[in-house]
Amino acid sequence: MPQPLNYLKETASQTAGPYVHIGLIPAMAGFDIFEKNFSNVLVTPNTQGERITLEGKVIDGSGTPLRDVLLEIWQANAAGRYNHPADRSTGPLDEEFRGWGRAGSDFESGLVTFETIKPGAIIDKTGRKGAPHINVWIVARGINIGLNTRLYFSDEEAANAADPVLSLIEQPMRRSTLIAKRSERAGKIVYAFTINLQGPEETVFFDV
Amino acid sequence: MHAQAPALRDPRLNRPEPFTPPLGDGGFFQRDRSMHPPAHAPGYKSSVLRSPRQALLSLETSVSEITGPVFGHNDLGPLDNDLIRNYAKDGDPVGERIIVHGRVLDETGRGVPDTLVEFWQANAGGRYRHKKDTYLAPIDPNFGGCGRALTDDTGYYYFRTVKPGPYPWRNYVNSWRPAHIHFSVFGSGFAQRLITQMYFEGDPLIPVCPILTTIPDKDALERLVAPLDLNASTPFDSLAYRFDIVLRGRRSTYFENRTAGN
Repeated sequence: MPQPLNYLKETASQTAGPYVHIGLIPAMAGFDIFEKNFSNVLVTPNTQGERITLEGKVIDGSGTPLRDVLLEIWQANAAGRYNHPADRSTGPLDEEFRGWGRAGSDFESGLVTFETIKPGAIIDKTGRKGAPHINVWIVARGINIGLNTRLYFSDEEAANAADPVLSLIEQPMRRSTLIAKRSERAGKIVYAFTINLQGPEETVFFDV
Repeated sequence: MHAQAPALRDPRLNRPEPFTPPLGDGGFFQRDRSMHPPAHAPGYKSSVLRSPRQALLSLETSVSEITGPVFGHNDLGPLDNDLIRNYAKDGDPVGERIIVHGRVLDETGRGVPDTLVEFWQANAGGRYRHKKDTYLAPIDPNFGGCGRALTDDTGYYYFRTVKPGPYPWRNYVNSWRPAHIHFSVFGSGFAQRLITQMYFEGDPLIPVCPILTTIPDKDALERLVAPLDLNASTPFDSLAYRFDIVLRGRRSTYFENRTAGN
């Protein structure tokens, strides 16, 4: 027998459950406990970049919005740089931008919103430019393991067409499930998205 | 003037490049999904309408996945890992006092330092402090039911709480959750992000739980069960349970280093 490799095995995922808010967004569970809380606002007044609102819903297989879902987003700053030491690109860091936030859906409408900035284009490890995008992670009751997807931007058509990840999606129709649509409302830039868990317009989810 | 002679060899071959170890802080080991519950697990009824049906698209981990949010002690308050005190109004919460401790490791066995661990749970009677929980067991006025900790430089974390109670839920008509604590862990890259639940050694509800039994692998299921750790218990005060959490392992950054200047 050869030597055993002895790698450990990743801990199994379990659903976040219906009461995920208690641990991650206690204000939504109905109480105040921590001195400092995480939120869906990623920007400070001094963050560099174009202010945008992300607004969308996660839809189940019956067409109903999830009203107990939690989303987290992770994104680069306006210069396309992630605030993390493993990003070795040369764009400037923005000390006023961690690049991460979380939001629970509204208990009535299912609407999820984030206040952030539009990220810059990403330089990937082969030196290629990837289209600007926001990484999304989704957990909820009934979701056994967190779902990974991305949001790209409708006004980045040329960059999207050249993006190495979007290009991996075989069916052009499915690529469009990852494009958030830009509009302007009362002077604010809003990107609207819909994440379909099932059905003919099922969102593309990634095994990252 | 002469034109520069063409190089005989690709100049990159003369450039000294470090040959680094194969394991490091680069791309992740492929996730072994046989260790996780499938998205569609009909015995857990809520998963039926909430599970994607298309194949997941496999991505080579890129900079978007090997990076992730960085947290520090500034994000936490001094009582965040003490659920016995962090919501106490006029006394201690009711229930068995316990310590939960362990390490966050990756699949190579290395500790994951400075990573955020969040936890939440029902009170000793099985009731959550949540506006959507209507179970008849009472709210404990001195118990919030959530906390968080940052691992130290070896990946170690600990917190103090009361043991949560089991509770009924709507799946089958007589379904009960075993006592459990929810955990949320970040790791150092966003592709390590994990939410799971810790169970308690000896709980007879474990083998009949429709959520726990979505895990197809018996060993993976047992790794969610924390043993009693009498050595770590505080005499005349609290019992202790040990719960290690393993996140995905990582290859080296060699490939990323090599091409960063291209």
